[in-house]
Amino acid sequence: MNSETASTIDPTPTDWSSAAMQQRIKKRYAAERRFKAIGLGAILLSASFLLFLLVVMLGNGFRGFTQTELPVEIDFPALTNGAQASQFEGPNAESRIRSLGVRDIVNGSIEVEYGNSGTDLFSPNAWTTVQTAILGNPAIVGEKTVFYLPVEAELDVAYKGSGNPEAEKKVDKLDDRLSTGFNFNFMSNSDATDPMQVGIWGALKGSLITMIITLALAFPVGVLAALYLEEYAPKNRYTDLIEVSINNLAAVPSIIFGLLGLAVFLNLFGLPRSAALVGGLTLALMTMPVIVISGRNAVKSVPPSIREAALGIGASPIQVVFHHVLPLALPGILTGTIIGMARALGETAPLLMIGMRAFIAKPPDGITDPSTVLPVQIFLWSDEVNRGFVEKTSAAIIVLLVFLLTMNAVAIYLRNRFETRW
Amino acid sequence: MNDMVSADIKGNEKLVSPDDPHQVVAGDGPPKMTTRNVDVYYGEKQAIDNVSIDVNLDNVTAFIGPSGCGKSTFLRCLNRMNDTIPIAKVSGDIKLEGEDIYAPQMDVVQLRARVGMVFQKPNPFPKSIYDNIAYGPRIHGLASNKDELEHIVETSLQRAGLWNEVKDRLQDSGTALSGGQQQRLCIARAIAVDPEVILMDEPCSALDPIATAKIEELIHEIRGKYAIVIVTHNMQQAARVSQRTAFFHLGTLVEYGVTTDIFTNPTEERTRDYITGRYG
Repeated sequence: MNSETASTIDPTPTDWSSAAMQQRIKKRYAAERRFKAIGLGAILLSASFLLFLLVVMLGNGFRGFTQTELPVEIDFPALTNGAQASQFEGPNAESRIRSLGVRDIVNGSIEVEYGNSGTDLFSPNAWTTVQTAILGNPAIVGEKTVFYLPVEAELDVAYKGSGNPEAEKKVDKLDDRLSTGFNFNFMSNSDATDPMQVGIWGALKGSLITMIITLALAFPVGVLAALYLEEYAPKNRYTDLIEVSINNLAAVPSIIFGLLGLAVFLNLFGLPRSAALVGGLTLALMTMPVIVISGRNAVKSVPPSIREAALGIGASPIQVVFHHVLPLALPGILTGTIIGMARALGETAPLLMIGMRAFIAKPPDGITDPSTVLPVQIFLWSDEVNRGFVEKTSAAIIVLLVFLLTMNAVAIYLRNRFETRW
Repeated sequence: MNDMVSADIKGNEKLVSPDDPHQVVAGDGPPKMTTRNVDVYYGEKQAIDNVSIDVNLDNVTAFIGPSGCGKSTFLRCLNRMNDTIPIAKVSGDIKLEGEDIYAPQMDVVQLRARVGMVFQKPNPFPKSIYDNIAYGPRIHGLASNKDELEHIVETSLQRAGLWNEVKDRLQDSGTALSGGQQQRLCIARAIAVDPEVILMDEPCSALDPIATAKIEELIHEIRGKYAIVIVTHNMQQAARVSQRTAFFHLGTLVEYGVTTDIFTNPTEERTRDYITGRYG
């Protein structure tokens, strides 16, 4: 029996062309093709989602950067009793312009041109456009000027193509006079109740300040913690505990960091509500674990031979770390920082907890001023009833995405600059 | 235990033997480094058991032995590189010019400048050739101005026999050199801080025969300026470059003596078996 099996196994050479073998080979190739097809399908699916998102966002969002306008002719010399441009120069120019009663002048001109209920066609704060124009160039009070003023929100939406029937009728009546222009106010204003007057600048500035605070705190602390844990800390159960804690911290839902911020920074330290400082501190807590984890991996991946080389010629441990390990680990650390900062930039929940959802109509001037940030602003606008906010929300999303891409581009540029081969 | 003591004594006997032809060639000054009864433990495991060796300036001392015999571990005791391994415990006397290098007042950073090291795998910094050499003098403040630093870089590269190959591209990355050039760059880097002893941990094991020959030639040239200790797997290499050879086995020093004696007329059975290729 034994010898028989041996003889049957032993002498027969493998028949690569047998039917069973061909079948096997065919199956193997089929599995490969199947896997490739599934992979390609997954890529195409995600690419189409991305494309859909971009098309919808850009399509809606770009309309948010424009506004519908109606021309109004203002006869300044007649309405201001012959005010001269020279009156509005010098130190008190601004208060004199304010006392001019621009609002009444504008509303009067509108009524002349569009009838008694003409002002209803315009955005309630349309006159501020005129006042800003005079502040910028007082000379225009000496002559008759045509201004293109923003219309009210319903009309704006209707003209752009998706309004209610009543507004559509008005649009039909005024069609030849309506036009769209770039909404400069959107880039310079802050939040407002009228969608025609809202702007993104306040939230953008708030985000910028918050991100700077987050980076300034989370980056050095995270990097130093990573370096200490990898290079100096003894390996014992306490450092293991710290490692586990940091890993868990990175996975904690962000709203819990918001509650922590509320309890510690607002209640315990008494810092002001809605301030970029508190927002930055809270987001730094959230970002730091991500930087520590990526930093530790980056430090770990620096080859030990480099450390030995430096130690071998008499570099002190701190020189080894700062002259050799850190520069080599920096690209990896920056990758983690990009991920952490991108997450922090898009974060809404923890900021709601520390009061950053307040209505803030003025851009923050400092780190303790009340401010809001882009994602919170998007959240607030998306909640509004007025249809005019829909496209403003999309426009704000575009601004947020551009901010994010810029931030990442800078980080990737820095990373590539520091990248060295060894 | 008996073995080691006898090895130590025999080694010493040979070193002072007046009819040793190498003594003339190599010269025999006072010992640069002395080690007495060194034990090394990695945690519970004993890696070095009671080793005593003297190293002097005019000789190249080779450590040979099979893998895992402790020769590298012992080498790394000589400049306290074992300090970087938290579980390593070293006991016994190791002295550099009569100073106990494990004494609490010993400055490890300075010690490593005095006892340089070249590693198994060439490990230049990912910086320019110039910065690779200049790094050591910079951190130790050996040059007071740019000209002096340039001079140090040039002489170090010359001593390492690399100057003619790299003088036109000092700003190129050190990692762009070939393996053999990288290793000579590492030797030049060690020389640049003007050490007293250079430890080489299998410096040629990652190199081809031509690069190996260059390194060996280099070792011949710098012998006498620096005390050199070399760990090698290659017994021919030990025979070629060294004047003193120590044979390690399983953490113990089996035999230490003049190289020609070790290779032609070893006293110990185990040494003979190893160098004739019976094991190892």
